[in-house]
Amino acid sequence: MLSIKNLHASIEGTPILRGINLEVKPGEVHAIMGPNGSGKSTLASVLAGREEYEVTEGEVSFLGKDLLELAPEDRAREGVFLAFQYPVEIPGVSSTNFLRTAVNQVREYRGLDALDAVKFLTIMKEKMKLVEIDQKLLSRSLNEGFSGGEKKRNEIFQMAMLEPKLAILDETDSGLDIDALRVVSNGVNKLKSPDNATIVVTHYQRLLDYIVPDYVHVLYKGRIVKSGTKELALELEEKGYDWIKEEVDAAV
Amino acid sequence: MSKDNQILEEFTSKDYEHGWSVDMEVDEAPLGLNEDIIRWISAKKEEPQWLLDWRLKAFKTWETMSEPEWANVTYPKIDLQSLRYYSAPKKSNKPKSLNEIDPELLQIYERLGISLNEQKKLQGIAVDAVLDSVSVGTTFKDTLSKLGIVFCSFSEAVKEHPELVKKYLGSVVPTTDNYYAALNSAVFSDGSFCYIPSGVRCPMELSTYFRINAANTGQFERTLIVAEEGSYVSYLEGCTAPQRDENQLHAAVVEIYAAKDAEVKYSTVQNWFPGDKNGKGGIYNFVTKRGICAGDNSKISWTQVETGSAVTWKYPSCILKGDNSIGEFYSVAVTNNYQQADTGTKMIHIGKNTKSRIVSKGISAGKSQNSYRGQVQVMKRATNARNFSQCDSLLMGDKCGAHTFPYIDIQNSTAKVEHEATTSKIGEDQIFYCNQRGISTEDAVALIVNGYAKEVLNQLPMEFAVEAQKLLALTLEGSVG
Ligand SMILES: Nc1ncnc2c1ncn2[C@@H]1O[C@H](COP(=O)(O)OP(=O)(O)OP(=O)(O)O)[C@@H](O)[C@H]1O
Ligand SMILES: [Mg+2]
Repeated sequence: MLSIKNLHASIEGTPILRGINLEVKPGEVHAIMGPNGSGKSTLASVLAGREEYEVTEGEVSFLGKDLLELAPEDRAREGVFLAFQYPVEIPGVSSTNFLRTAVNQVREYRGLDALDAVKFLTIMKEKMKLVEIDQKLLSRSLNEGFSGGEKKRNEIFQMAMLEPKLAILDETDSGLDIDALRVVSNGVNKLKSPDNATIVVTHYQRLLDYIVPDYVHVLYKGRIVKSGTKELALELEEKGYDWIKEEVDAAV
Repeated sequence: MSKDNQILEEFTSKDYEHGWSVDMEVDEAPLGLNEDIIRWISAKKEEPQWLLDWRLKAFKTWETMSEPEWANVTYPKIDLQSLRYYSAPKKSNKPKSLNEIDPELLQIYERLGISLNEQKKLQGIAVDAVLDSVSVGTTFKDTLSKLGIVFCSFSEAVKEHPELVKKYLGSVVPTTDNYYAALNSAVFSDGSFCYIPSGVRCPMELSTYFRINAANTGQFERTLIVAEEGSYVSYLEGCTAPQRDENQLHAAVVEIYAAKDAEVKYSTVQNWFPGDKNGKGGIYNFVTKRGICAGDNSKISWTQVETGSAVTWKYPSCILKGDNSIGEFYSVAVTNNYQQADTGTKMIHIGKNTKSRIVSKGISAGKSQNSYRGQVQVMKRATNARNFSQCDSLLMGDKCGAHTFPYIDIQNSTAKVEHEATTSKIGEDQIFYCNQRGISTEDAVALIVNGYAKEVLNQLPMEFAVEAQKLLALTLEGSVG
């Protein structure tokens, strides 16, 4: 469903991604790990279409379409969802209002009728249960004054509402307490289907105990330098990144 | 130019959507301004002698005054002698129902998306539609008159309630107040009059739509609202003007009088032609709006959504004379392209325990300049006066400007005055976040801007708030894309 070939991207002239290759098939869960500053969030942003990043080389196809050709909102409407590492605050706009606008624009793109208020609220109630999110939070201004954990939970709630084909979760586990981690992970697992795929960016094995990956990749200096199965994550947890860094740096 | 700004540029350079002009036979005064013209207008309107005298006195005062230059706006001087001071639709027989209204007029309303019929039926709003200078349709009069409420054109009020007009006209904004107010007093053509008797709560929003439609016609509307003891009224005024090549001057005066325990809520959505994207054309809007809380426990609340005009100069103010009286000012002022707005309020605390609240939200896009100018004055006898001011500015792009000029003058040490101000830029992050959820950039801007202005929009009556939200989005359409 997602095919990334030799992707290079830079910001303000500084190359960050230097030749990423990744194949994601429907139903799969891929974990992306790697040291701070290795380019994980950059990869997520480039896939989502953030304009500050310039793609200098390579191609990305998503469900047969050239993803890089699409505007950010159209990527979202095609089914790409990014749970942000740092969700953005929008004062004065309630989550409910925000999501209703989003859901209806996505539906319109897909040739579906807009949901009326009643239908929308019914679906919302249902999805709220999935991540155990409080109604009160959703009537507040989007992310404004939310705790770190509340923001992350809200991201996954939005994912539930938008039902993406490809979800990219950028350090969704950071900021979640132990119970919240379980709840949110369970939510993600319930949203999994043979037709959709998930990319989880994380630093910790903890999350992968709940959301079990089919593949684990290590990103370092803008490249995927190692790929493996879930055992690789355990190995990283134990040994850290130094041995990989040494391998890579020695080879250069 | 960064991507962000490029985007902003595209979004902001859309043309004005309500631009049109309908040719209509006009019955108009000769060009220019002098005593004879004033006599001509007064005669045309069959006014009583006292009103003519009042106008002439104002004209004499005006002749001694000069145009104010302290506002943070620049524009070519207006040649007042090249303007025409009266122009009215020719069919002057007063219509008794909407059916009698010139179909051409109705068509204009329709193109603006305002159908009188619809409003009449659906919203329970009495609409006093002013096209150019003469009132052409007034609805819901019956319901109102049963309660003793007077809501009519100003000229009609002069004919039918001369004693009320004589008593209150100029009592809040004297003819000597300022250059534009004096000019207005001399040449005003028409406007609205509203009178709520003691103890009456007006059961519906009173709404007036002003339109400017004849080239070169200075518009000098006069509005007078009187709320007697213990009464309540919510009054709405909204404007949309046709596209014009020449600048049009508008110098309205609004006076509000609130007696003991009375409350007046005055809301405006203003969308006059702001000039094209190169700054050509557009309305000059120099307005004097003032209310007096004359009696104890009275309240006056101004809410304005300003999106139009090339140049705006407008400071709805409250004189808090009665003890425990309350003045409020809620404002959203949007400027785009080459628009300039210098707007704000004055709260003058005279009575004891008087309170005022100011919430001003400026939004600047394109190459526009947006200034907030506010004055809080606490007089000697105003023990325990309270003021809270919140002035926020939102910038879209880096070619526009936002300015805040607060003036505070306190003569009583028990006063408590708080002022908060913020300036923010519409974030690329916020827009991207919306995009990532499938929301187009235009809708993202609309969402963000409406969220920012929410505290003010919430003050508007429901259906007006919806209209205002659409207007904000429309005004900023094209600024990000
Ligand atoms: N505007 C910029 N100019 C120069 N370098 C930048 C800019 N923005 C980001 N970078 C750099 O790009 C690199 C990759 O950042 P990225 O956020 O993708 O890392 P990450 O792998 O997600 O790290 P973390 O684990 O800390 O979240 C970092 O070194 C960062 O400093
Ligand atoms: Mg990151």
